[in-house]
Amino acid sequence: MSALPEPVEELLEAALVAELTVVRADGRPVTYPLIPLYDGERIYMTSSVLFSRKLEHIRGNSRVAVSITDPVAVGGRKDRATIQGDARVIDEDPHGGWERLLPIWERKEPAIVAFLKQRVALPLFFERALIEVTPRRAFLWPNGLTGAAPRVSNAEGVR
Amino acid sequence: MRRLSLDPVRGLEKLARYPFHVLSWVDAGGYPMSVAIGASISPGARTATFVPPAGLPVPTDREISLTGSHIRPQPGYGYDERRHVTAWGRAVRQGEALVLTATSAWGWDEQELPFFEYSERSVGQSRRYFDALSAERGTPVKPRLSPGWLILRATRLPFLSATIVPVVLGIAIAAAHGAFDLVTAVLTLIGASFAQLGLNVANDVFDSMQGADEANVTPTRYSGGSRVIQYGLVTFRRMAATAATFYVAAAAIGLVLLALRGSFALLTIGVVGFVISLAYTAPPLKLVYRGLGEIAVAVGFGPLMLVGAYVVQTGGALSWEPVVASIPIALLVALILYVNEIPDRRGDEHAGKRTLPVRFGRDAVILGYDLTVVAAYAALVIGVALGVLPIPTLLALLTIPLAYRVHAGLRPNYDNPYGLMAVMAVNIQVHLFAGVLLLAAYLIVLVVGALAPGVPLFIR
Repeated sequence: MSALPEPVEELLEAALVAELTVVRADGRPVTYPLIPLYDGERIYMTSSVLFSRKLEHIRGNSRVAVSITDPVAVGGRKDRATIQGDARVIDEDPHGGWERLLPIWERKEPAIVAFLKQRVALPLFFERALIEVTPRRAFLWPNGLTGAAPRVSNAEGVR
Repeated sequence: MRRLSLDPVRGLEKLARYPFHVLSWVDAGGYPMSVAIGASISPGARTATFVPPAGLPVPTDREISLTGSHIRPQPGYGYDERRHVTAWGRAVRQGEALVLTATSAWGWDEQELPFFEYSERSVGQSRRYFDALSAERGTPVKPRLSPGWLILRATRLPFLSATIVPVVLGIAIAAAHGAFDLVTAVLTLIGASFAQLGLNVANDVFDSMQGADEANVTPTRYSGGSRVIQYGLVTFRRMAATAATFYVAAAAIGLVLLALRGSFALLTIGVVGFVISLAYTAPPLKLVYRGLGEIAVAVGFGPLMLVGAYVVQTGGALSWEPVVASIPIALLVALILYVNEIPDRRGDEHAGKRTLPVRFGRDAVILGYDLTVVAAYAALVIGVALGVLPIPTLLALLTIPLAYRVHAGLRPNYDNPYGLMAVMAVNIQVHLFAGVLLLAAYLIVLVVGALAPGVPLFIR
């Protein structure tokens, strides 16, 4: 069941890159550009163990925001959106657990499949964790005009 | 060392180049919030001024951040030109605007810090992650590779061409001299391969002991070792045991060959080869740490392998032909190591590994390549001119254009380890193809010798 407004979902489907903002132990926000993967209910991102500081932050504080701001990364769409949510790190099997998202990932980054076949060249890059974001609130700025108040909607139906 | 943390002024200078900025803060409910805005940035004043987004209170009692992020979409591929930068600080209200004074910044630009180097510099973070995961679960959690890939990587199996070329050539020359025995030929190839695999693995063990691989943050497919120890894929102890196993297997086959085809020449070659192999990286000699690695490799993978394989077949009889044929092979295999050391030189220097590219500057190193590769081809031509080598061995001169590509690629890529990868690949091909062409030459010699014994194959 869809939890987010349709224009936000469209942005999530299209975006090559979104900004994941997490909260450090000292309370500062930290923003990481990552590929957002959306299954119609939750937002997923993956992180290599090489760049796993963000995972440590999420374990310390599960509250995150995912924003889609770059018109270039969404094929020229002008809308902008931010989704606040609760994140969970899934890393029971860093070697292959994340591969269940490979089909959605491949749609946005086709080259990833070829890279994975060369896993031997960069083995640690493919030891990965999933970040599962359950949306709580969505903010939409039609035409990307953030000088105007956003349309705010609560994400419902996702537990 | 290049680091991801930036001076705030530098961070703001970079941020000013982005067409818009992502303002982030932690809201009253404890959730982070991010909104695209356009900030006016003054790096000299360390400030970024912006109109806050409508309807969303931006706090002034805690640190907030501004981020710039860029990619270039590549349809059907994904994207490239990745870069991002973030500056943190507190904001104060000035009329309608907020002014952030930056106190810290960080970022990454793949054109400044290539992805592979960024990954290599982050290996420590992956170790910390696995350590924490292991502690949390109470059982070791480690990175993995499938057994086939792991063996390939840990032993650097593709480099076996360095052994196969001289051994098969030595056997071929012996066959041209009328001496060939299939069983000992196969045993020689297997034994020599085990010796090289032992050397490859032992090289990683000793380089890890001495910190050379750890210090190298620009490894490539051809340089910087297998890194399986650094990545946590194989333990140090298991790598040491693997090296010992390969050496024992090589020594056992050597003893069998001595029993079957024993000669003083073979015994001498076996003992010298074993000593050079161990002394290559092992203390106290550590030949490669003293700039003597090229000589060790040239001797080991040139005359010792080639003449060794020859004397196994002949039962100890020696001849100038395999010795002279081994010279171009020796020089070209030494050049593989020599060129592969170029991208490793900073890490090697840090670890006290005084290889030739560490000791000498770019011009001298490139001149060294040029002189050595010319010497390799000159040895071949002189060998033919003196009537020691058969005329068809001049086929190996067909690799000169490849060697020229290496020469031409060294200077523009000297400081770019990833640009050097293509050059290193061609350099390996020079040795491999020269060896294959020399083999083809001896096949011609064998066929002509059998079908048309009167046809002259040597300049006499």
